[in-house]
Amino acid sequence: MSFLNIFKSDANRRTALYSGHVVPDSARCVQCGICTYNCPIGIDVRAHVWRDEAVKNSECLTCGECVARCPRGVLRFVQTDLFERRGA
Amino acid sequence: MRYVIIGAGVAGYAAIEAIRSVDRVGEIIMISDDPHGYYSRPGLAYYLTGELQDKALYPRTLEDYKKIKFSFHKCRVTRILRSEHALEIEGKPRLTYDKLLIAVGARALPLKVPGSKLEGVVKLDHLTDAKNILKLAKSGKTAVVVGGGITALELTEGLLARGMKVHYLLRGDRYWSNVLDQRESKVVEGRLQAEGVDLHYHTELKEIVGKKNRVSAILLENGQTIKCDMLAYAIGIHPCLELVQNTDLNVDRGILVDEHLQTNDPDIYAAGDVAQVFDPLSGRAVLDSLWNPAREQGQVAGMNMAGRKTAYLKSAPFNVTRLAGLTTTIIGTVGRGRDEDIVGIARGDSETWRDMPDAIAAQSGFDINHMRLMIGEKTLIGAIVMGDQTLSWPLQKMIAGGADISPIREKLMEPEAPVADLIADFWIKWREKVSL
Repeated sequence: MSFLNIFKSDANRRTALYSGHVVPDSARCVQCGICTYNCPIGIDVRAHVWRDEAVKNSECLTCGECVARCPRGVLRFVQTDLFERRGA
Repeated sequence: MRYVIIGAGVAGYAAIEAIRSVDRVGEIIMISDDPHGYYSRPGLAYYLTGELQDKALYPRTLEDYKKIKFSFHKCRVTRILRSEHALEIEGKPRLTYDKLLIAVGARALPLKVPGSKLEGVVKLDHLTDAKNILKLAKSGKTAVVVGGGITALELTEGLLARGMKVHYLLRGDRYWSNVLDQRESKVVEGRLQAEGVDLHYHTELKEIVGKKNRVSAILLENGQTIKCDMLAYAIGIHPCLELVQNTDLNVDRGILVDEHLQTNDPDIYAAGDVAQVFDPLSGRAVLDSLWNPAREQGQVAGMNMAGRKTAYLKSAPFNVTRLAGLTTTIIGTVGRGRDEDIVGIARGDSETWRDMPDAIAAQSGFDINHMRLMIGEKTLIGAIVMGDQTLSWPLQKMIAGGADISPIREKLMEPEAPVADLIADFWIKWREKVSL
């Protein structure tokens, strides 16, 4: 099994963007605040990370700004399991 | 019950949250001479580059503080009077405590060359330092950076982002040689050079030359002179131990504490960069200067101060940083011993990285995505992941969990082994087995 197939390909990256939520790996975080600073609708992403909670705020646009700008790779998208997905 | 916390870093703040989770009514007082209180010290690097503003560095608002119910006093503690359970505070009356946490952190080792006191000689300990650097960078043109670890690189990148010409001095033949291998150092150096940084190898600072009390040039041991407006240094840090002198608290390189973060005084605890913490697994007391261990230590200290006995178990050292724009994760043991560029422990460093048990390095990588594994007899001992971070979380879990990699060990060691594929396949099976 190839490395690229196991982990997200471009296609499921895009799927994650529209159907996912932001999940932290808190041990990587230093609370610098770049995520919160860049959130276009003002969600305190950093506070979620401190509490080790996913950003399940209904207002989250999943625009990916916080994920992309975090200098320590703290954040990633995980697909929301609202409906069962087969082969996703 | 009155809890007093000296220091406003993450260890101190985490202790406050932990105390409050156990004791809803006790009085909690935080004291620090840092006028800015609790903010993200590692975030200063991104403040320097302009990726965020200073006000964004504060993780908590005054409203949050009110909810936790603690008071912050901006002042300097000058003495701990153990027998009286009291603190002497500059310009203020004595303050008594029932339980005390010392979380005053560490500070940059000073330069010991002539000219070190000139205006334009800067370090990066606090927000005040960062603001000073930015102020000087506005009018300055050329900077010289000295030091071999993460902070020196952050200074380099920050000054570069502020439009300064940067000369970076290395004592040895490559960057951060106690943690990175030759190839990794070269990757970082290549990226710095591409950004216009002038690297100077095998150089030793001899003197900082000033004009009208301001830095105008530096003189190297080899006789070379570099004209500059600023000299930024990060040659290591040392725990701030002034406060515990003459207290009979046990001190080695840091304040010695047991696995409950307790000193030899049952009412005094220490956590974070200032603490040298006993690790029951290795039987040694070690210094750390990483954010997450400081947070965990603060939490454990707070729980114990509030009467809930909790042990701190040091997890596999793990840090993420950005080296010349490359996200880099360092897990477990990857180092090669002493680094001549870093005199003490460096900020964002862990001594455990420098242990070198019997391990073999296997490599895989292409372009800027790079991975190096330290392979022990049956387990992975450490790893460095640069660039693509897909595998860093699995590696972190497998190293911390002591995954038995015997089934793939031989394959990993083969020349040109597809290390990433092997690790990814193994991870999927191991993850199911341990139900992660």
